[in-house]
Amino acid sequence: MVSDIQNIPTVPALSRKDFVPDNEVRWCPGCGDYAILNSLQRTFPELGVARENFAIVSGIGCSSRFPFYMDTYGFHTIHGRAPSVATGIKVANPDLSVWVITGDGDGLSIGGNHMLHLLRRNVNINVLLFNNRIYGLTKGQYSPTSPVGTVTKTSPTGSLENPLNPVLFALGAEATFVARTADNNPKHMVETFKAAHAHQGVSFVEIYQNCVIFNDDAWESVYGKESRDDQMLYLETGKPLLFGKDKSKGIRLNGLTLEIVDAATAAPGEILIHDPSHLSPIYSQLLATMGQPDFPSPMGVIRSIEKPTYESQVQEQIDHAQAKKGNGTWKELLHGGSTWTVSGDA
Amino acid sequence: MTPSSPGFREMKTVVVRFAGDSGDGMQIVGERFTDTSVTVPNSVATFPDYPAEIRAPIGTIGGVSAFQVHFGSRKVLTPGDEPDALVAMNPAALSVHLPDLAVGGLLVVNTSAFTEDNLKMAGYTSNPLDDPALGNKYSVLAIDVTALTLEALKDSTLTNREKLRCKNFFALGLMYWVYSRPIEPTIDYVNGKWAKKLPALADANVRVLKAGYFLGETYETTRTRYRVARADVAPGVYRKLSGNEAVALGLIAASKRSNRELVFSGYPITPATSVLETLAAYKHFGVKTVQAEDEIAAIGVALGASYAGKLGATATSGPGMCLKSEFIGLAVTTEIPLVIVNVQRGGPSTGLPTKTEQSDLFQALYGRHGESPLPIVAANSPSDCFAAAFEAARLALKFSTPVILLTDGYLANGSEPWLIPDESTLPDISVPFADESQPYVAFKRDPETLARTLAIPGQVGLEHRIGGIEKNEKGGISYDPENHSIMTGLRAAKVAGIAKDLPPLHVIGARSGKLLVVGWGGTHGAITSAVQTLVAEGYPVAYTNLRHLNPLPSDLGEIIKGFDQVLVPELNNGQLSMLLRANYLVDAIPMKKIKGRPFKVSEIRERVLELINA
Repeated sequence: MVSDIQNIPTVPALSRKDFVPDNEVRWCPGCGDYAILNSLQRTFPELGVARENFAIVSGIGCSSRFPFYMDTYGFHTIHGRAPSVATGIKVANPDLSVWVITGDGDGLSIGGNHMLHLLRRNVNINVLLFNNRIYGLTKGQYSPTSPVGTVTKTSPTGSLENPLNPVLFALGAEATFVARTADNNPKHMVETFKAAHAHQGVSFVEIYQNCVIFNDDAWESVYGKESRDDQMLYLETGKPLLFGKDKSKGIRLNGLTLEIVDAATAAPGEILIHDPSHLSPIYSQLLATMGQPDFPSPMGVIRSIEKPTYESQVQEQIDHAQAKKGNGTWKELLHGGSTWTVSGDA
Repeated sequence: MTPSSPGFREMKTVVVRFAGDSGDGMQIVGERFTDTSVTVPNSVATFPDYPAEIRAPIGTIGGVSAFQVHFGSRKVLTPGDEPDALVAMNPAALSVHLPDLAVGGLLVVNTSAFTEDNLKMAGYTSNPLDDPALGNKYSVLAIDVTALTLEALKDSTLTNREKLRCKNFFALGLMYWVYSRPIEPTIDYVNGKWAKKLPALADANVRVLKAGYFLGETYETTRTRYRVARADVAPGVYRKLSGNEAVALGLIAASKRSNRELVFSGYPITPATSVLETLAAYKHFGVKTVQAEDEIAAIGVALGASYAGKLGATATSGPGMCLKSEFIGLAVTTEIPLVIVNVQRGGPSTGLPTKTEQSDLFQALYGRHGESPLPIVAANSPSDCFAAAFEAARLALKFSTPVILLTDGYLANGSEPWLIPDESTLPDISVPFADESQPYVAFKRDPETLARTLAIPGQVGLEHRIGGIEKNEKGGISYDPENHSIMTGLRAAKVAGIAKDLPPLHVIGARSGKLLVVGWGGTHGAITSAVQTLVAEGYPVAYTNLRHLNPLPSDLGEIIKGFDQVLVPELNNGQLSMLLRANYLVDAIPMKKIKGRPFKVSEIRERVLELINA
């Protein structure tokens, strides 16, 4: 009944339209979510996974409507709890390609605890966190990623809370794959989603996403035409950390802090070479601390290391127990422990 | 020895309570006494009663831990009202438990623990053992257990501290002598557990056990010993089962009979934790367990597994149920099979974590927002938790719905012999998934059961979306007012229709008379004992126990009509009685007890007689 996703030749060739369902998409015109949806619909046919083996799970929020717009198995659950449902699905059937779609409120506020534990368990699930730094579906309140001073209806004189850096949060949980991409760069999104899928283990992808209604230009100062060269650093494995127009600036380590240097005058080997496979999360964490106002935001795969997945180890423990004790029988189930017999001649 | 042997008194049933500090090993001793008694065989029921604190300060009232065993030659249905014998290992244990001891009962005290400090901590201003009134009221056996234990182990290589930890076995040995129990099962147990790894410890425990046993013969030769003849129990193979073990085994049995892997997720909470612990040891049955990060995630994992086509289940206690309620609502509206076990404890809030109560019935019925009915099943004895868990899973699968199984702390921790059923008596409860050759309509219903059919990820061509938003038959989001009304009605009708699937109620006593007792859950043993005796004595009383609390059985209304009065004993503030009033317009009389302890048989008997004789 459930086909083996490893068995790629049996998967018929799929195209984007195989993943587009009949129902209309109901996000606000101009919402960044459309570009993300489009990129994922372009990514899925290229993964070698049969359509029936995708399960998309979401919580509550604008981004969480996502499963309804993908013609796969989809489960729109409750606020913040998608990671737990997704974990149950993946543990139940490790052959499925499971995707969690969440937002900054759903994934980091009400569902922060579940996100933390999904990441540390290393369940082979792909998490796409749409970060628009605002609560959209409830019509514009500050979120856990809103900058200090954000003025909203619940913070008319400015929000007081220190914002959470989603990537740093994921690294704190020692997630084995952490990446960042943006809704205005479809090519980069597709590449990043493919890398997330290829990674065996939990994959956490933060997506800079614009909310055209309640937080328009949320990332304009980072990825707008005027600023993007100086405010974003595209990571490439084995390549130096360079950014700016004509890649004129580089990042070097000075003691325990990062510094921006002029690439032209930097000493050979002085500029850090990107390696997402450091076992220690410290390098990735240093990268993750980069951002406005002093540094560009790193984009792409920040960390990618191999560790055994949770669901495979759950299965291994079962296989091991069955190899050692044999498959449990009725006799063992009912007559286990110490038993005694009462004869009829009492 | 024959029943007429001099020095022996025949007893039909006996209740023994072991009480001491929570570090004194009273639970272990109680377990051993139980395991020995079932091999006689006697009919047995137990009641462990322990503090919430893992190690409360030694010698304090709060640290007293007790284990009560009721054994008999006739059917024993409860752990017993008042002990015939009390072992008190320290003054605090005496202070807490002496008021329960039957007048004339045997009182064994460990004199070495009656120090000035311990007496003070127990609230005594003078040593109660010096009071001659104690000896007049009870049959007191005051012995220096500490000194006698050390004496028995004078050649042992164990440290003094280790030696003293054997003193519970001295009390156990003595009680074996008093009640003419064999000591071999305990010796076998000790050797099986420690002989290989810790031979010195095994040897010490056996020696101390024997020393306690022989003390009876050497020290108190004139004392009466008791015999409880073997019970006339149904022939067959038995094992001892606690309620939580029985839930675990019932879920595995349901998994086998439904051909769905069991995925169980829980978060540790007293008194439900051992369900997760038990299931974690059944990996070779293909059972997958996930210790979740919290109560919410635990049900989320179970629901996800059910969505993916497995048998998803979770277990918790009251506070955990509060946290799970939003997810239960999601399971109700998406109509996904799921078993949710609530091992009830004293509430509200943290309440009495280690004490029993039945106060979550309304929570199970109504503890969610919106119109969200679901079936509720209740277990009525420790071993009955097996059948109840199986039934919960059966209903969940057949009607594609979450089901709440209510047990309680008393059932969870108590244990009793279980006549092991033949597996062929367990029905096939498998339910097919959707047909891949047909177009899939997610909320199309079976005309008979109104259940929908699940299509699970991996099934070709049945891709679809479901979720918490109101949906139409196709599963699409629908804000249409008519549709919401129709779907709400269908969900309710499906659950109400389960009544057609339930067997007729079993009634103890005649079908009409002066008084009908209606009970549910763990009060079953006490009510049965009381009513059976009253019926035998010719009183016009009857009793029925409800396995299903939602929907209520379709014959309950008729049965109620056969009686002048209805009495509803419950360990809550009258929840079932209110439900019966609402459903049947009957003046049901509540009988409430909210003390964290089960009903005594005598309490039920007295109340019934009061009403009948009024």
